Amino acid sequence: MKVKVISRSTDEFTRERSQDLQRVFRNFDPTLRSQEKAVEYVRALNAAKLDKIFARPFVGAMDGHRDSIKCMAKNPNYLKAIFSGSDDGDIRLWDMASRRTVCQFPGHQGAVQGLTVSTDGSILVSCGSDCTVRLWNVSDANLADSDNLSDNSAKPQAVYVWKNAFRAVDHQWDGDLFATAGAQVDIWNHNRSQPVNTFDWGSDTTISIRFNPGEPNILATSANDRSITLYDLRMSSPARKVIMRTKTNSIAWNPMEPMNFTAANEDCNCYSYDARKLEEAKCVHKDHVSAVMDIDFSPTGREFVTGSYDRTVRIFQYNGGHSREIYHTKRMQRVFCVKYSCDASYVISGSDDTNLRLWKAKASEQLGVVLPRERKKHEYLEAVKNRYKHLPEVKRIVRHRHLPKPVYKAANLRRTMIEAERRKEQRRKAHSAPGSIVTEPVRKRRIIKEVE
Amino acid sequence: MRATAQDPRFYSYSLPASAIAASILKFQQPNFTRLRLSWGLSSKAKPPVTMGAKKENSDDEMDEKVKKYLRGDAANLEGVKDKKLKGQLAVREDLYGKSAKTAAKIEKWLLPSEGGYLEAEGIEKTWRIKQESIAREVDILSSRNQYDIVLPELGPYTLDFTSNGRYMAAAGRKGHLAIVDMKTLNLIKEIQVRETVRDVAYLHNELFFAAAQKKYTYIYNREGTELHCLKEHGPVLRLQFLKNHFLLASINKFGQLRYQDVTMGEMIGNFRTGLGRTDVMQVNPFNGVVALGHSSGTVTMWKPTSSVPLVKMLCHPGPVSSLAFHPNGHLMATSGRENKIKIWDLRKFEVIQTLPCHAKTLNFSQKGLLAAGTGSFIQILADFSGSQNYSSYMTHSMAKGYQVGKVLFRPYEDILGIGHSMGWSSILIPGSGEPNFDSWVANPFETSKQRREKEVHSLLDKLPPETIMLDPTKVGTVRVPQKKEKPTKKDIEAEMEAAIETAKDTEFKKKTKGRNKPSKRATKRREMIDKAKRPFLEQQTQEHETSRKKQKTNPETEMPKSLQRFVRQKAT
Repeated sequence: MKVKVISRSTDEFTRERSQDLQRVFRNFDPTLRSQEKAVEYVRALNAAKLDKIFARPFVGAMDGHRDSIKCMAKNPNYLKAIFSGSDDGDIRLWDMASRRTVCQFPGHQGAVQGLTVSTDGSILVSCGSDCTVRLWNVSDANLADSDNLSDNSAKPQAVYVWKNAFRAVDHQWDGDLFATAGAQVDIWNHNRSQPVNTFDWGSDTTISIRFNPGEPNILATSANDRSITLYDLRMSSPARKVIMRTKTNSIAWNPMEPMNFTAANEDCNCYSYDARKLEEAKCVHKDHVSAVMDIDFSPTGREFVTGSYDRTVRIFQYNGGHSREIYHTKRMQRVFCVKYSCDASYVISGSDDTNLRLWKAKASEQLGVVLPRERKKHEYLEAVKNRYKHLPEVKRIVRHRHLPKPVYKAANLRRTMIEAERRKEQRRKAHSAPGSIVTEPVRKRRIIKEVE
Repeated sequence: MRATAQDPRFYSYSLPASAIAASILKFQQPNFTRLRLSWGLSSKAKPPVTMGAKKENSDDEMDEKVKKYLRGDAANLEGVKDKKLKGQLAVREDLYGKSAKTAAKIEKWLLPSEGGYLEAEGIEKTWRIKQESIAREVDILSSRNQYDIVLPELGPYTLDFTSNGRYMAAAGRKGHLAIVDMKTLNLIKEIQVRETVRDVAYLHNELFFAAAQKKYTYIYNREGTELHCLKEHGPVLRLQFLKNHFLLASINKFGQLRYQDVTMGEMIGNFRTGLGRTDVMQVNPFNGVVALGHSSGTVTMWKPTSSVPLVKMLCHPGPVSSLAFHPNGHLMATSGRENKIKIWDLRKFEVIQTLPCHAKTLNFSQKGLLAAGTGSFIQILADFSGSQNYSSYMTHSMAKGYQVGKVLFRPYEDILGIGHSMGWSSILIPGSGEPNFDSWVANPFETSKQRREKEVHSLLDKLPPETIMLDPTKVGTVRVPQKKEKPTKKDIEAEMEAAIETAKDTEFKKKTKGRNKPSKRATKRREMIDKAKRPFLEQQTQEHETSRKKQKTNPETEMPKSLQRFVRQKAT
């Protein structure tokens, strides 16, 4: 007879000394655990509630400008800094951690319309409505020196005057060319006082400009004639143009998928396009109730932040139709520029009320050093919440956001109007010969035509 | 007859992508999101180079293990039209497959102990092997676990173990309550309550246990201090504790089933079973339903949120004498007075096997062994091939005068505890316990700090009573919008009866100063019953009206042809 009985010796299963860790044994067998799904549901519900309790996205406001902030620029080499330019010609460098001005760059006579930093972080280019382009030296050494005195001002490295007011500026990702947008698109070199090249297609002013992060010679611009134009520097002629129904205020390229860009439009939507196929939008992001003024992608390429004329800042998924998050404050007026910080944890918004505001990208994120066990717990709670977020009680809690009353009412009104349009369209279709009325998909509906 | 009312909270109605994902994926990712798939062990643990046949065996074993972790079949993605959703689901399915494979592979590193076994050699049969011969072959520590405690004057004993198998509470009919630490065989506390004690049940850990005494149920501390007196339950015959929900279920002398939440003390459910006095009650550990066996031979299954049983099945021609559930939730063993044990499949509610065996008490072990005890004889049945075909494995007969009252397997050990008329005993049954425990589920080597932490975590994960349902894997699935199934007349009537019964049960405040006249009490009672009936009667009148209106809207068929043009046309 062969017999064996379970016999556990205590020393194998308990710790030897009191300074040792307790021994933990795992058996992942499902039969040991009952009602796993119900337990996960309860955890998801609690996780959703905790998320809401810890959701405090507003970190701080940076006060100092005397007029509304029209443009911002990130220095890719220095995480804590952000440049902002306002309508009275004041350019400031802010330290986000202490939320104080490090350095000021006075000089512009009129509004500063565009700011950009070269990729190596040494030159800040600013353009304004006083027809000038100014280059400032902002390398690390310079900044370190000026740390001591607050209100320190710097002298521009170069000032180039040109024929007409500028609306936007952007620097090439890998080179020393930068482009300005105004009556036409000009390509400049750091050292030349005159543009190296000029592009002109159409007779309207170009209001925004963006270089492609992957292909340093491609840039996208948007103009007042409701078009988005793609230019290639090597070809010295415009490549493609798509005309929409409403004007695009700003464009941002996806840093992880450089063939895609998203355009922030006047008709409260953002349209994501594949630059190779401009006849149809890849995705339409709808949630704002007034014109979308600015857009910036997160360095992960998975999310983007938009600021709109309706006093809110929204964060969208790169492929999602509706916003994941909305930020608003009573004191924040029309948002004109937004930036996603380079470590993908913060969002900065510059608005009409002369303040720059710093928000967390994930509202309930724990800042600071997170211990590995804490991090694992957060990841687990996030995963279990996402698994059950379609169930009614969890969904109600996860979706809930407080909207300011004007935004809420405007959203309801928009919804009613769109519903009414849709119903009318359906009835027209139902009462006409089948196939005579063709519904255009939303992605194509706002595009008038594409031009080579 | 089955009454199903699904709680809407656990189903989704709309069909967003994530909902379809959850419903199509019939299984869930195992609870080890911490498992890193890039764990180097999976690449290092290469199977040894062996002969072809051996390799096939190990492959089969691996397949079985993987199946265990997969928790169901893979989803069928053919019908999904949405490309984005299909892509997402395919990625998730892949991930589940990988994590199940990794879990199966690391099993041999993670699980330190192996299960027990008993193999007979030659012409020996396992059921002839006596406990003494087993004791000679095993180590001293295990042979210490075989004993008989003789306490003849304090009545038949019942036992309960904590979920980690470390502590045992024993209760003698004549009022003896004892708590024993089974690891050190130390008596922690014993008290004499000087009253009949009919049943004892541990609550969530070893600190609290409930004893069903003569008139009321009491909850005691580990020190023996009486903490609570639960008067509402009345004279209870059996107690069961539902671990995940923190509910104490009791069935009393009058056949009333009560559920009480022991965290807040709230009475969740109070139902008249209507089937008389019964002392056969078990909880199905898989889904938390309470099953009662009645003297008419029916077994009813209850959940705390409905006053009508979920399932009512006729199991035996005579009274049901005992009931037991397999830990996987699919098997139920019932025994009746006609000396038969029936093994039921709970998914189809069909008999799988009938065994000609006496059984006054039944219990399943963690590994699926069935213990049946009657008189002074205990038989252990096992299904050797895993095909749910139970046959005799071991037997044990005690001294002649001992009447077995309760058999209970000790969790995570190969030990069977027997409560009988002369005290309690414990015998070794190799292969009955789960050799590898999970510290986060039940830890026999728990320190007090770990126990406190576990208590807090289990309270945070306390399930609401609405989660008790026959199929607990349905939580989170999409509820298919069915055509409005009108409840049959019988069902409506049954519900009305149940509502009336509960209304009859309400106790009124005893008024003084001459306001407590019997006529007033009678009118008040009639009012309560009318209130309970009202919603059903309103529903009936509404239905009558709608049917009447429907009849009205067909005058065209009744009118003669010449008068057709005067029939009032409804504006379309």
